[in-house]
Amino acid sequence: MARGRILLNRQVRDVTLQADGNLLLDNGNPLMESPQWLAPVTGTVYGAALNHRSLIESLAGAFEDAPYKAAPQAPVLFIKTSNTQIGHGAPILFPAGVDRIQAGGALGIVIGKTARKVSAEQALAYIAAYTVVNEVSQPEDSFYRPAVKAKCRDSFCPIGPWLIDARRVDPQTLVVETYVNGTLRETNRCADLVRSVPQLIADISSFMTLEPGDLLIAGTPLRSVDLQAGDTVTVAIEGIGRLENPVIAEEAAR
Amino acid sequence: MKHARIRYQGQTHNVMVNEDHSVTVNGQRLSADDVTWLPPAQGTVFALGLNYADHAAELAFKAPTEPLVFLKSPSTLTGHQQVSVRPDNVAYMHYECELVVIIGKTARHVSREHAMDYVAGYSVCNDYAVRDFLENYYRPNLRVKNRDTLTPIGPWWVDKADVADPANLTLRTWVNGKLTQQGNTRDMVFDIPFLIEYLSSFMTLSPGDMIATGTPEGLADVVPGDEVVVEVEGVGRLVNRIVSESEYENLRGR
Repeated sequence: MARGRILLNRQVRDVTLQADGNLLLDNGNPLMESPQWLAPVTGTVYGAALNHRSLIESLAGAFEDAPYKAAPQAPVLFIKTSNTQIGHGAPILFPAGVDRIQAGGALGIVIGKTARKVSAEQALAYIAAYTVVNEVSQPEDSFYRPAVKAKCRDSFCPIGPWLIDARRVDPQTLVVETYVNGTLRETNRCADLVRSVPQLIADISSFMTLEPGDLLIAGTPLRSVDLQAGDTVTVAIEGIGRLENPVIAEEAAR
Repeated sequence: MKHARIRYQGQTHNVMVNEDHSVTVNGQRLSADDVTWLPPAQGTVFALGLNYADHAAELAFKAPTEPLVFLKSPSTLTGHQQVSVRPDNVAYMHYECELVVIIGKTARHVSREHAMDYVAGYSVCNDYAVRDFLENYYRPNLRVKNRDTLTPIGPWWVDKADVADPANLTLRTWVNGKLTQQGNTRDMVFDIPFLIEYLSSFMTLSPGDMIATGTPEGLADVVPGDEVVVEVEGVGRLVNRIVSESEYENLRGR
């Protein structure tokens, strides 16, 4: 089943996607209007950086040098703050005064029950749903300091359109495709994650608690997809969803 | 006026705190010891690293030329009179007494001249770190700074109007009654107006967001059994106790 959140007459409403493709409102009525999607989660959004083989391989030579001095041991985590989170169809704002921004197509893992000190063997049972994430960022030339400025700009985390129930989904088999203006630009296989989805949950929950509604971004590959104002960027995961957002200049949005 | 969030008889309440630190819930006056103190606000938590020149020198760093900002999630926050866990088999876990700024209204592209208009008030936090887990990726990484229970904050927040000069407040930490850390907010590298201007230059700040503004020199290791008190003059005194992993599991199991 697919569940989402929309804004309707200035109210946040839950919707479910029916087998026929129609949306049902939380009161059981069909949605007649075209939906204004919100991010389908309300918890904390965490991302795992350096969790894709392509990225690790590209940096392998640098890990022993300053400032890193050693390869990462624990998951390299960041937080996408609430101002970054937008729904399907909402615009990604290209900030004034910024040279480049890049798409970051990735799998989103939605936590279903409080996960604390969970083993990798048990971890899948703590996942409620999956979704599609575009972890937009400025290019990063260093991973030494937290990337708040690169990653926490308004609208830099489209999520959705909806959540797909985790049952019957094997995250290891999923393929994330990123399109710009309809052209396939990047393919990201979850089989290439350095830490698999269950291992990620185990390693994170060893020192901090994941709560129901929290979202984990499983890991973007070596970034290759630049975005420009005027583009439409789509991140698609077969069986999960197609997340599409226009890119507009920030000044135009004011 | 002091504002707090407390839990009493299974319910969470937003309350005013009386002069004697009692709180009034549904017309009933409750002493400070009768309630569970929660973190006083619920927005995004920003924290500053190396924001006092003396502390930067203590850690053998030059003071940064741009604020070193990192983020915390709700999972690490805890309230006044709660416990913080020292992990087993670590060599160095230290406290950090910090003034916290509570944002009062939506802030975007705010200049330092107007920045204080966006402040609702102030609180106190103890931004514990477990240095054994430092890695040179998004440093300070979440495994150091975002562990469960390692960010006590509170006991309350006080209105901006009740603090005459936030740029001249004494910060002090006591471990088991012994003064171990002392500094003054006048020694911040980046002051409050600068931090609000900086953060709001690239992202939107919202009411309830918190900025933990960094700590001066005077760090020391703390071990299970220690009582740690951090105080910001005229804002609050936040008490917390260090427990071992096994003691924490026993407390949770009750």
